[in-house]
Amino acid sequence: MDVSITVNGEKVSREIEPRQLLVHYIRETPGLTGTHWGCDTSNCGACVVLMDGAPVKSCTILAAMCEGHEIRTVEALEVDGRLDPVQMGFHERHALQCGFCTPGMLMTARALLDENPDPTEQEIRTAISGAICRCTGYKNIVSAVRWAAEYEAAAKQEVRA
Amino acid sequence: MTVVENLPSATTERPIGFGRLKRKEDARFIRGKGTYLDDIRLPGMVHGAILRSPYAHARIVSIDTSRALAHPNVAAVVTAKDLETLGLAWMPTISYDTQAVLAGDKVRFQGQEVAFVIATDEYSANDALQLIDVEYEPLPAIVNARKALDPDAPLIRDDKAGQRDNLASPTWEAGDQAATDRAFAEADTVVTRDIIYPRCHPAPLETCGMIADFNPETGQLDIYNGNQAPHAHRTVYAHVAGLAEHMIRIRCSDIGGGFGNKVPVYPGYVCAIAGSIVAGVPVKWVENRSENLMSTGFARDYVMHSEMCAKNGKITGLRVNVIADHGAFDSTAQPTKFPAGFFHIVCGSYDLEASHVQVKAVYTNKAPGGVAYRCSFRITEAVYLVERMVDALALEMKVDPIELRMRSFIAPEQFPYETTTGWTYDSGNYAETMRVAMDIAGYEELRREQAEKRARGELMGIGVSFFTEGVGAGPRKHMDILGLAMNDGADLRVHPSGKAVVSISAQTQGQGHETTFAQIVAEELGIPPEDVEVRHGDTDRSPYGLGTYGSRSTPVSGAAVAVVSRKVRDKARLIAGTMLEARPEDLAWEKGRWYVKGDPEKGAMIEEIAVRAYSGEPMPAGMEGGLDAQVIYDPPNLTYPYGAYIAVVDIDPDTGHVTVRRFIAVDDCGVRINPMIVDGQIHGGLAEGIGIALMEVITFDEEGNCLNSSFMDYLIPTALECPDFELGETVTPCPHHPLGAKGVGESPNVGSPPAIVNAVIDALHQTHGVDHIDMPCTPARVWAAMQGRAAPPQ
Amino acid sequence: MQTPASFEYERATSVEGAIESLQRLGSEARIIAGGHSLLPMMKLRLANPEHLIDINDLTELSYIREQGDEVLIGALTRHVELLKSELLARHFPLFRDAENVIADPVVRNRGTIGGSLCQADAAEDLSAVCSAVKASAVIRGAGGERVVGIEDFHLGPYMTAVGEGEMLTEVRIPLRPGGGSAHEKVERRAGDWAIAAASAAVWIEGGRIAEVGVALSAVGPTTIHLSRAEELLRGKAPSEELFAQAGEIAAADCSPSADGRGPIDYKRHLAGVLTKRALLRATARALHQEA
Repeated sequence: MDVSITVNGEKVSREIEPRQLLVHYIRETPGLTGTHWGCDTSNCGACVVLMDGAPVKSCTILAAMCEGHEIRTVEALEVDGRLDPVQMGFHERHALQCGFCTPGMLMTARALLDENPDPTEQEIRTAISGAICRCTGYKNIVSAVRWAAEYEAAAKQEVRA
Repeated sequence: MTVVENLPSATTERPIGFGRLKRKEDARFIRGKGTYLDDIRLPGMVHGAILRSPYAHARIVSIDTSRALAHPNVAAVVTAKDLETLGLAWMPTISYDTQAVLAGDKVRFQGQEVAFVIATDEYSANDALQLIDVEYEPLPAIVNARKALDPDAPLIRDDKAGQRDNLASPTWEAGDQAATDRAFAEADTVVTRDIIYPRCHPAPLETCGMIADFNPETGQLDIYNGNQAPHAHRTVYAHVAGLAEHMIRIRCSDIGGGFGNKVPVYPGYVCAIAGSIVAGVPVKWVENRSENLMSTGFARDYVMHSEMCAKNGKITGLRVNVIADHGAFDSTAQPTKFPAGFFHIVCGSYDLEASHVQVKAVYTNKAPGGVAYRCSFRITEAVYLVERMVDALALEMKVDPIELRMRSFIAPEQFPYETTTGWTYDSGNYAETMRVAMDIAGYEELRREQAEKRARGELMGIGVSFFTEGVGAGPRKHMDILGLAMNDGADLRVHPSGKAVVSISAQTQGQGHETTFAQIVAEELGIPPEDVEVRHGDTDRSPYGLGTYGSRSTPVSGAAVAVVSRKVRDKARLIAGTMLEARPEDLAWEKGRWYVKGDPEKGAMIEEIAVRAYSGEPMPAGMEGGLDAQVIYDPPNLTYPYGAYIAVVDIDPDTGHVTVRRFIAVDDCGVRINPMIVDGQIHGGLAEGIGIALMEVITFDEEGNCLNSSFMDYLIPTALECPDFELGETVTPCPHHPLGAKGVGESPNVGSPPAIVNAVIDALHQTHGVDHIDMPCTPARVWAAMQGRAAPPQ
Repeated sequence: MQTPASFEYERATSVEGAIESLQRLGSEARIIAGGHSLLPMMKLRLANPEHLIDINDLTELSYIREQGDEVLIGALTRHVELLKSELLARHFPLFRDAENVIADPVVRNRGTIGGSLCQADAAEDLSAVCSAVKASAVIRGAGGERVVGIEDFHLGPYMTAVGEGEMLTEVRIPLRPGGGSAHEKVERRAGDWAIAAASAAVWIEGGRIAEVGVALSAVGPTTIHLSRAEELLRGKAPSEELFAQAGEIAAADCSPSADGRGPIDYKRHLAGVLTKRALLRATARALHQEA
C-alpha cells in the first residue's frame, strides 16, 4: 500500500507492506537513521519519536497508522545549524556516552519541556522512565534537561526584556 | 519549541590536556548522525536471520529447508552440513574450546543456532524462519551447575573426544591450603556462607550484528561489526575462514554499548562471513533482543562456598570454593593462563594471613559465556564474595562493618603488597578513601537515622563495600588471548600544520576515546585537543592491539599514547635544538614549547617544530624528516584502582520492595584524564550494579527454557530506580603508568552490588534475623528472606 | 527486531464501518487502537491476525465526560488522558493512581482504555479499577448496543464478553456521593506488570460504608472481584482492623500462579497488604482526610 507521512515537515511517500513498523519506515528514509531500536517488546525507548508532538515508541506503531499525522525525529531538532537547547544541554552535561539511547531521550526531553518548561528532577525521571540508558546512569541526563529548561527560561526572559 | 542562538557557555573550559573537556564525539550523536551497524547499507546487500533451537538439549533428527527455499525472497538457507564443507561448522573459542556455529548433531542450549537464512530484506528473512522444519528429539537438560557433575547427568559435550562428564575446566587452585587451614584453626571467629552470583547479561542497548562483504574478484573481506577487539577478531577470522589476514578489514563505526557483550566471536558473524563468501554479496545479520539475551555472552553465574575467619578483631583467612557455570561451550574471555580469570584477587583489600581458592567450571545446557558485563575478568565475582563475607563476619563479631574493614585493610606502608594469592598491589591508602566516603555519606548521622526508623518499624539499611581490583591487561609475560600478547599500539603523526592524528587500537563503545586520547596528546605535546584526531575502529588504519574491555583502554592504550607522544616530544626536542642552535640538553619544556633554559624568550612551539620537520631545512644528524612515532606498549603490571562505596536503602516492611535512596561512591583510579568522563563511567556502572543487585537475572526452568529473554523479563533500571549518585575521589597515582592513571570503567560494577546487598541485609538483620540473601533482591525474594525463607535464584 | 507476519490493513472511518468490517472479515480480523498490546504479540508471532482494522481515526470514541449520574469514558481514550483528567481525579482518583504506574509515559500516549480492557491481561490495572468502581462496558455490534457489567466482562485470561463482530465503545461509571478510591500496586520495576495490585472504592454515608468495590489484578486468571470482602465491609464503620480482615479475605480468595514476578504465597500476601492499603487510602479520600 502507498503511505504518505509528514516527517520533519516534509511529506514522505512510499509503497510499503501494511506490516512495516514506523521505526523501519523512518530508518529507510534517506538520512534518517538517527531513530534506533533496541528491543522486541516496546521497553527500551531507543525508537522514540514525536507523533503530533507527543513521544511515542515507533517500533510499536505501523507506518500505515501515521498517514495524516506529523512525525518528528531527532534530525529535526537542529534548525539552520542551530542546535536545540536539549541537544546543547546533553553536550554541556555529558548526558551521552555511546549515543544509542540519545535520540529517544532527546525527543522525550523536547516534548517534556514543550509541555512543562520547569520540570522537577522527579518529573524528568518519570518522563524518561520509558527509555533505558545503559551508559550514563541517568544522572547527567536529568542534569542536561534541567540545563535546557534553564537555558530556555533565560532566553525567554531576554526576549521579553 | 524555541530555537535559540548557540551562545557560548560562560563556564566553557577548553583545557589543553587533562581536565573537564566536553566530548568531541557528541557532535554526531546529538544530531542522530552516529553510524551504528544497522545504519549501514551497502549496494546489493542481503539480510540474514538465524533459526534457533527451542530446546535446551535435543538431538537434531532432520532439518527440512524446502519450504523456506521456496519463499520468493529467500536466497539461501545454510545449515551445519553446508558449513562442514567449508570447514566452518565449528569454531574455536577464546578459551581453547570449540563452539558449534550451526548445530549439526545436537542442540545444547535453548537459542542455539541451527540454520541461517539469507533473504532480500529483514521481514522476509524473519518470515522464512517460520518455514524451516526441524525435527528434534528432546534430551534431559542440565540447568543447575551443582548437578552438572552428578553421575546420572546427561553428557552435554559428547562432541569432544575423551569427554566423559560435564567438567569444562578442572579444579584450579590459588593460595596456600595448609597455611589457610592453620589460620582457621587459630581463629576465634569463623563464618560460612553459600553465595551465588547469578547469571546476568550486559545487554547493551545496541544488539550484536555484522555486515560481511566478500569481494570474490579481489579476495578482500570487508567486515562492519561493532566489536570490542577488532584486531583480535581479524586474526580469528583469518584462521577460521582460511583467509589472508591482510585481506580482511574490520570497521567498527559507532557501537551502541559493549560492556563485554561485544568481545566474543558469535556464530552469527561466521554465518554472515560464510554467506558472503558463498554468495558474493554483502550479508547483514543483526540479532534481535531475544537472541541477544538468550545466546550471546552472559555474565557471572558463579556458585560459591566460602569461609572467612578472624582473630583478635582482624580478618585473617579466607577459603573459597567455586563451581563456575560456563554454559554449553566454554567461551569465557580469559586473557590469562588462569581459567578463572582474575578471580583469585578474592583476597580483597585486606592483610590476610592466608587464603585458598578453588574454582572448577562445568558445562550446562545454557548459553555460553561468563566473562562480561564489566567484570574485570571475574573480579566482580571475587569482590562480591569477599565483601559479602566481610559483612557476614562483622555480623558474627557484632562489629561495625566499616570498623572491621579499617582494622583489616592493607596499610599504606605495606605497598607494594603481595597478596596471599600472588598479586602485587602497587599503591593505596584505603582508610583515607573509606573516610571520604563516610564523610560524604554522613555515616554517623545515617546510623542515627536508622536507629530512629527501626524504633518506628521502618526498615532502612546502610551497606558498605570496599574493593581493590586489577585492570589494564596485561603484561606479556603473564597474559595473552589465543597467544596474542595484550599489548596495544599507538601511532602519532604531527602534520606540518601542527595538527595531529593519533591512531589507537582501543575500541570505544561510548567511553569517550575521541576526546580523552586527544587530551593525552594535548597534555604531552601542547597541541589543543580539537586539533588532535583520534583514529580507531578500522583495522586498516589503526595499530594492532587487543581492544577495549576490562578497563584496559587507559592503562594500556592510554599509556601507549603517552609514550608515543613523549617519543614525538623527544624528537621535537632534537629538531628544536637545531632550530635554536642549542644543545638538546640545554632545552626545557613547557606545555607546547621547547625553550632555552637560560633564555626563555628563545623557544620553538610544537607547531613551528612541525613545520621545520617537513621543511627541507637541515634535520639533526641521523634523523629523517617528519614528526611522528610508533609504539607498542607492553604494560609492566596491571593497575589497581580501588574504591569505597556506601549504599542506603529503604525497604517496605510489608512488601519487601527495596529502594536505593542514596549511593555514595569514592573511587581512586589514579590520575583522571577527564573527570567528567570518569564520573560518567561511574554513574553508568552504578546503575548496572543496582540492576544486578535488585532485578537483573537470567533464569531457566527445569527443561532449560530461558525465562528472561526479553526486556519485559530481563529488567534494567530506569531513571526511577537510580538515585542521584554522590561521587567523591581520592587520587593515588599508579606508580608504573606513564600518566599515573589506572582505569575505572569496571570499578562501579565491581563495587556496587555487594554494597547494595549488604545494605539490604543491614536493614533486615536485627528485625528479621536475615544474615544472607542472594541477588537479585526483588520484592518477592526480600519478602521470603524476611520470613526466614531466603533461597538462591533458580 | 522481530517483525509481524503479513496482514491486510484498513482504516475504519466510522464505528459502524468498523463493526461491518469485523463482521465481514470474521475471526481473523482484529481491531487495533493504541496497538501496544497487539503489536508486541504480533512481533513475537503469538498473534497472527490476517486483517487489522485501525480505529484510531474514530476520535468520537475519545472522551471523558460527566453525564447525569454517570461518568462516561470513550473506549479510544488514551491512558495519558485518563491520567491527566481532572474530572476523573475528582470523582475517581484511583484512575490517576493506576495510570501513574501503568506501563510508562511514552506507552501511555498511545494505549487506550478500550485496548487494555479488551486485551484482558490478568495483570491489567484498569480491569481492577473498573471493577472497583462498578463500571459497565458498552458493547456495540451489528444488532445495536448492549451494556455488560464489568464483573461479566472479563471471562478469563485474554477473554472478554466482546463477541465476534462487536467492539467495546464506552465505559460507564455510576456517580454517587461520599466516594473515595485508590489503587495500590507493587511491581519489580517502574513500568512492569503488577506482581499484585488492588483497587478499592468506598462510599461513606453517616460514618458507615454504604457501598464498596474491591478488586485485584495479577493474582488470578482474570480480575478478582472480591465480593466476599465487599459483603464484610458493607454497612460497617471503616477501621484499620476491618480493612485488615478484608485483606485476609483478599489473600484467601485470589488464585495467583507462580511466575518470574513471585511465588504464590508472596502474591497472596501482597493481595492482602494492598487491599488493606487501598481501602485505607480510599476511605481517607472519601472523608477528605488524605494527607
